[in-house]
Amino acid sequence: MTGTAPGLRMPDADARVLARRSDIIADLKAIVPGEGVIAHEREMRPYESDALTAYKQLPLVVVLPSTTAQVAAVLKYCHDNEIRVVPRGAGTSLSGGALPLEDAVLLGLGKFNKILEIDTPNRCAVVQPGVTNLGISKAVDHLGFYYAPDPSSQIACTIGGNVAENSGGVHCLKYGLTTNNVLGAELVLITGEIVRLGGKHLDAGGLDLLSVVIGSEGLLGVVTEVTVRLLKKPDTARAVLVGFPTSEDAGECVARIIAAGIIPAGIEMMDKDAIAAAEAFVNVGYPLDVEALLIVELDGPEAECAHLLEEVTRIAQACNSVTLRVSTSEAERLGFWAGRKAAFPAVGRLSPDYLCMDGTIPRRQLPFVLARMRELGAKYGLRCANVFHAGDGNLHPLILYDANAPGELHAAESFGADILRLCVEVGGVLTGEHGVGVEKRDLMDTMFNEVDLAQQQRMKCAFDDKSLLNPGKVFPTLHRCAEFGRMHVSGGALPFPDLPRF
Amino acid sequence: MSDIIAARDEAEVADAVRTALSAGKTLEIRGHGSKRAVGRPSQTDLTLDLSALTGVTLYEPEELVLSARAATPRADIEDMLAASGQMLAFEPMDPAPLLGSAAGAGTTSGTLGGLFAVNLSGPRRISHGAVRDHALGIKAVSGRGEPFKSGGRVVKNVTGYDLPRLMAGAFGTLCVATEITLKVLPRPPMEETLVAKVASPEAAAAALSAAMGSSCEVSGAAFLPEGVAGRLPGLSGSPAVVALRLEGVAPSVSARRTMLRAVLAPFGAADVLETDASRALWLGVRDVAPFCGLGERAVWRISTEPMAGPALAARLAADLGGEAFCDWAGGLIWLCLPGESAHGDAVRAALAPHGGHATLIRATAAERARTPVFQPLDTALAALTKRVKESFDPGLVLNPGRMHAGM
Ligand SMILES: Cc1cc2nc3c(=O)[nH]c(=O)nc-3n(C[C@H](O)[C@H](O)[C@@H](O)COP(=O)(O)OP(=O)(O)OC[C@H]3O[C@@H](n4cnc5c(N)ncnc54)[C@H](O)[C@@H]3O)c2cc1C
Ligand SMILES: Cc1cc2nc3c(=O)[nH]c(=O)nc-3n(C[C@H](O)[C@H](O)[C@H](O)COP(=O)(O)OP(=O)(O)OC[C@H]3O[C@@H](n4cnc5c(N)ncnc54)[C@H](O)[C@@H]3O)c2cc1C
Repeated sequence: MTGTAPGLRMPDADARVLARRSDIIADLKAIVPGEGVIAHEREMRPYESDALTAYKQLPLVVVLPSTTAQVAAVLKYCHDNEIRVVPRGAGTSLSGGALPLEDAVLLGLGKFNKILEIDTPNRCAVVQPGVTNLGISKAVDHLGFYYAPDPSSQIACTIGGNVAENSGGVHCLKYGLTTNNVLGAELVLITGEIVRLGGKHLDAGGLDLLSVVIGSEGLLGVVTEVTVRLLKKPDTARAVLVGFPTSEDAGECVARIIAAGIIPAGIEMMDKDAIAAAEAFVNVGYPLDVEALLIVELDGPEAECAHLLEEVTRIAQACNSVTLRVSTSEAERLGFWAGRKAAFPAVGRLSPDYLCMDGTIPRRQLPFVLARMRELGAKYGLRCANVFHAGDGNLHPLILYDANAPGELHAAESFGADILRLCVEVGGVLTGEHGVGVEKRDLMDTMFNEVDLAQQQRMKCAFDDKSLLNPGKVFPTLHRCAEFGRMHVSGGALPFPDLPRF
Repeated sequence: MSDIIAARDEAEVADAVRTALSAGKTLEIRGHGSKRAVGRPSQTDLTLDLSALTGVTLYEPEELVLSARAATPRADIEDMLAASGQMLAFEPMDPAPLLGSAAGAGTTSGTLGGLFAVNLSGPRRISHGAVRDHALGIKAVSGRGEPFKSGGRVVKNVTGYDLPRLMAGAFGTLCVATEITLKVLPRPPMEETLVAKVASPEAAAAALSAAMGSSCEVSGAAFLPEGVAGRLPGLSGSPAVVALRLEGVAPSVSARRTMLRAVLAPFGAADVLETDASRALWLGVRDVAPFCGLGERAVWRISTEPMAGPALAARLAADLGGEAFCDWAGGLIWLCLPGESAHGDAVRAALAPHGGHATLIRATAAERARTPVFQPLDTALAALTKRVKESFDPGLVLNPGRMHAGM
């Protein structure tokens, strides 16, 4: 049994590995003693999927190492024995990045949950990959510092998962994504070799390999330590809640704020369905008679916030805003955010199931994309609510469906795929922060041609020569590395016939 | 002097690389050659001249994005951005003054491709990130002679590996970039700099750390020892100081000036450099003005943990008889030695306990041939780096040996 949803083809399981399962378990127990190896079906259940719950698969075995040496030994063993490995943090991936394979070891990093060093003079912290995103900010809160990227899942998701997905949050317009806030990492290669990339200093002395490890979705190596940049908390943060009669007006307002040279800490947009769902859920006083709602947050010194709030207010009014509220207290500011942050569960109440999409578009394409999405919704007979990191063009359409209604999952997936194709068509990309995983894997060719994808996979082979790390994710087809080695140089007819003498 | 192939577009770049590959020849990739004096002196059979690949192909100020062909002069891009009140926020260094004609470098400030390939970010690196942090997308030709693209034109993008970032700082050893897409940012309407005397390198580190650890949003933080400081605009005759830049809208800068004064109070009183003087100072720091015009005296660029920087700079300068100062809140040391000898072993041994990397930026060709220009890699990382190089350029056609011998 494949266990996964119909339509998703994962790499064929290696029968030789399946046949040796009990030997493999015994060998792994010798490397990670005690509770660190989980092989009973019932105990493996919690690991059978991540937050993309449409896909489920029990792994070969779950291994929970607690030291880098154990990770290195497990990976070397798997490399020597040609066993696949799927790394996992907290399992909150929305793209199926941590989906197990029947013939693969699921390598959970949950036991790597220590903060190793807090170094505020150098404005950084060294942490293990299983520490949660919020755990880092909490550990330095009393010192007045925080870790900037703030995914909505920050209570649960791990920094190792954030590194693998290059996660963002509502404040990344001003403060950047994971990649802009990670200084260093310890990486264990599938061969068991350990490499350190970066550290407390800036930039790389040679090739900047850290930059490709971040966002590599567990395909290049296992991260066992992360050095993150810490920032001082801003003195003040204030938000303004603005309602518009059309999404065009809201989009125009965002464009003009940025054209005026203002980079707010965050600009979020919600459409009518999302506003209604959020207001019903948290009751924070969102206007219900507007087509689009913007939350614009400004942070910094009090004087700067006050100055920029005036500017933003002026711009919003010039863009036909119909309601406008500036937060006057911290409680009110948090209230503005409460609705947005609860948008996923709020929409979840409207419908038994929903799919969260994650395309990015050039901002000015927003009205066109929203209109096309409405047409697509009508075509598939499904509703779709939109929340949008408007500042950087990252769209999160939430497609509502009922998995128990025959055909609806399939319709929802087709609708989602059409939305992502649309994003690419208007100059955007398939995924802004949730990753390709298995979910968008088969759409990669809408953005990249064969040569583009082959070049990416060749680089993967430089890290993982046997394609053992997280196979079946990101790339539509699994090739052996040797196939990429071939050169297609036609020896006879050389281009550049007029070239200077070789 | 190797033969020069001039390519006018992506197809010609691909043809040139394929031709070189099948003929077993190596290529030096050149924009304007302004940084040719940097890196290991490499011997290539041919030079691929990209200087005809010019032109901005997309600029949408309200979307904060710009794309240009690889050899578009940096000056053209900066002028175009300035006209819309925007900038390259990473404040790229112009190496021409430092390298000078003595090092055989050109006189232009270079091309977008060159600037991108060397990932040389200026003082604003500490608050706004490096070149690589602004790299959104790339079109390039690999060492296999195949055109490919990676990334896109939007900031939030995790579709596939982040190859544009890897290309930044690869010194043209992985691929030939033909078009680059960058994130651009609004230029702050005003700036000023607070300058405070410091009694010792340790006090400098503490003052820089206090400023960076405050909510003042400092966007330039340098330690300028006596002697070096005096050779920067606006600081003539100055004793050892720390300089801290504030940028933004007027009400914000003025509020932060008050806050920063309070942060610096334990270290002493601070003077203010207004906008023009502040700008001149940071341009001098960015382009290493104190060490320009000193012939081929060896210059190192060292990145380390910020708290260790000032004392390490002072020690290296004292031990080797040179001069040094720090940018990046202490984390970037510029070290100028008294002669042409690079003293690579001594520099790297002193750096080792703190971690980081030392790059030999200015030196005679003989010295660059003798001393590893880039930080030597440990065994596992060297092997991985070589495999990555070969995954883009299996025939070692592109700038072979520019970064590391044998790759
Ligand atoms: C560690 C370090 C070293 C530096 N070394 C130098 C240096 O040696 N010389 C220098 O001028 N500046 C150097 N700089 C600064 C910066 O590289 C230059 O200012 C650059 O912008 C000059 O542009 P150019 O077009 O003249 O580049 P060039 O001197 O022509 O090229 C610079 C480098 O980029 C590569 N390159 C150029 N165009 C492309 C392209 N389209 N695709 C791929 N690779 C390309 C070249 O092969 C070369 O390795 C350095 C910065 C740092 C941090
Ligand atoms: C309600 C909800 C809201 C969310 N909001 C956001 C948001 O605002 N922004 C955002 O960007 N994302 C968001 N996400 C997505 C998700 O939380 C992030 O992708 C997160 O980074 C995943 O972390 P994790 O620890 O759960 O990783 P997992 O789901 O366990 O794994 C994710 C990927 O990382 C790999 N991996 C994990 N740990 C390691 C490691 N140590 N070494 C190598 N590879 C590893 C796995 O193989 C897998 O490919 C949200 C998810 C949910 C459920």
